[in-house]
Amino acid sequence: MSVAILRQGDYLIASIQSDLSDKQVLELREELADLVGKCRARGIVIDVAALDVIDSFVARSLRSIVLTAKLRGAETVIVGIQPDVAIAMVQFRLNLGQLRVALDLDEALALLDRLTRRDVGDGR
Amino acid sequence: MAGEVRVAITADADLVDARAEGRAMAERLGFPRPDPTLIATAISEVARNIVVHVGRGEILLRPIQEAHRYGLVVIARDEGAGIRDLEGALREEYSARGGLGLGLSGARRLMDEFEIESSADTGTTVTMKKWRPRDELERLREERRRRE
Amino acid sequence: MNEDQPSATRRPNPAPEEDDMDNEPDRSAPEAEVEEPTDDRPADHQDDDASSRLQELVAYLRDNRTELREEWARRISEAELLDVMSDEEIFSEATAVYDNYVDALETGSIDALQTYARELSERIIPRGVETHEVLGIVLLLRDVLARSLFARYQEDRELLNRILDAYEPAANRIAVTVGVSFVEERERVIQDQQESLRELSTPVLQLRERLLILPIIGVLDSARARQLTEQLLGAIQDNRARVVVIDITGVATIDGTVANHLVQTVEASRLMGASTILTGLSSEIAQTLVDLGVDLGMMRTVGDLQGGLEEAERLAGYRDAEDDAPGDPER
Repeated sequence: MSVAILRQGDYLIASIQSDLSDKQVLELREELADLVGKCRARGIVIDVAALDVIDSFVARSLRSIVLTAKLRGAETVIVGIQPDVAIAMVQFRLNLGQLRVALDLDEALALLDRLTRRDVGDGR
Repeated sequence: MAGEVRVAITADADLVDARAEGRAMAERLGFPRPDPTLIATAISEVARNIVVHVGRGEILLRPIQEAHRYGLVVIARDEGAGIRDLEGALREEYSARGGLGLGLSGARRLMDEFEIESSADTGTTVTMKKWRPRDELERLREERRRRE
Repeated sequence: MNEDQPSATRRPNPAPEEDDMDNEPDRSAPEAEVEEPTDDRPADHQDDDASSRLQELVAYLRDNRTELREEWARRISEAELLDVMSDEEIFSEATAVYDNYVDALETGSIDALQTYARELSERIIPRGVETHEVLGIVLLLRDVLARSLFARYQEDRELLNRILDAYEPAANRIAVTVGVSFVEERERVIQDQQESLRELSTPVLQLRERLLILPIIGVLDSARARQLTEQLLGAIQDNRARVVVIDITGVATIDGTVANHLVQTVEASRLMGASTILTGLSSEIAQTLVDLGVDLGMMRTVGDLQGGLEEAERLAGYRDAEDDAPGDPER
């Protein structure tokens, strides 16, 4: 299976396992949109560490997932962008200004906690 | 031609192949990081244009060489109706809706040389090249290998 | 077949019962004439007659080892080669080279010679011996031996030619083998050094957990900037860094390409979940960035390193946290 989607509390964690075809990317978008509603998820983490290319289509799809999720009440964090992929995206001028990113899953979950006001034991 | 790789593009699954072949050739030719990824990304863009706008075409990958540098050329060919507004397509930045030519300007930024010919008669051919310098040690090694 | 022999004319064979127009490869007497001259095949492929000439040659070189070696050593100092080595060292290496040389002539095998040449190169390269010296001494040995062959066989042009036919290709192959082994060893050393230099030149340091600092000193060109980016992004991944401080106090000027590259590095870092603070911009660099219209919107810049580090610690959560945590879209 190309994408494994797990549920962790109020969050969905989508882990991409290998290079995806365009069709698979669209399927992922549909499935996440569906699950956010079904599970009443408040956050999504998409792990793209297995993608060794993120081109304009993937970027566009990610952005579309973020917007769709937002409309259904969930924040999205992208994790695992590889160094070379990050350079390619920047050089390509793929505008990802609106996307939230984190280095890895732990960071992403912590960020989601902050975003959904789930911090434990602080005064913020 | 020696070392040439051809990938037929007829479905979006072929993009995965084209990317992989491009990366493999770039790594084999000794391109330093992040170049194999840049090349694979550029290939992805031009190959997708073929699938989305024409339906069939091909990607040709070929090693190239000059006195002081090694390189790789990517030729993306289709026999479609051509791009009407070539300049606009190249100028167009990434847009949310995704129009014609999306990605061409990005691909151009990722590669060192970029040429595109497009007409209703001949279809569209994109030729992109990326170079890496060839250092003195490599030149010596090459010559030795030739002698053996 | 005979065209390349220097102005020789075929002389009748002095031994009356032999017919020099016949090809009689079984003659093993050194003075016997064979119609066919040798070609460029290595010693071990020549016919028996040639191989016995080679044996005679080798025996001669061994018998006269002392004088020939001394002659060679003399020519080496005359040519002022190997001046980094002492006379004793030269003598000892010369002996080893000479013996290996003659062995290679005899066996036709260059394996032992290659091994020796590699070991010799490993020894002398750190001493500063250069390629032209190694080639030079090998060629001198070749000359010394050739000269002495001339002297020995000058009475018999025919025989001399055949002896040289045996000697020359073998001697050339030896020279090439030694030269190539040396150059290969040099290449390996240079490559090792390049690697070390690359690693040393852009160190990314972990100041605190999740906080990296990359001090850049000296000239920042495109090649170095590219390498810097690779190392920084790799370090972000390895150290799970949240904040990176890039300090360019030690950099005087940068051009447009490098400036753009710096900005791209910062943006790429963000895509990996790290914030970047640029510190130590000289007024000249600041002007360059402004004039180039470089987009600094995504980058925090702080004048001095100290201020930058404080800001970094805040960002990384070591000081009073700001609302602006890593991962949020930066404005």
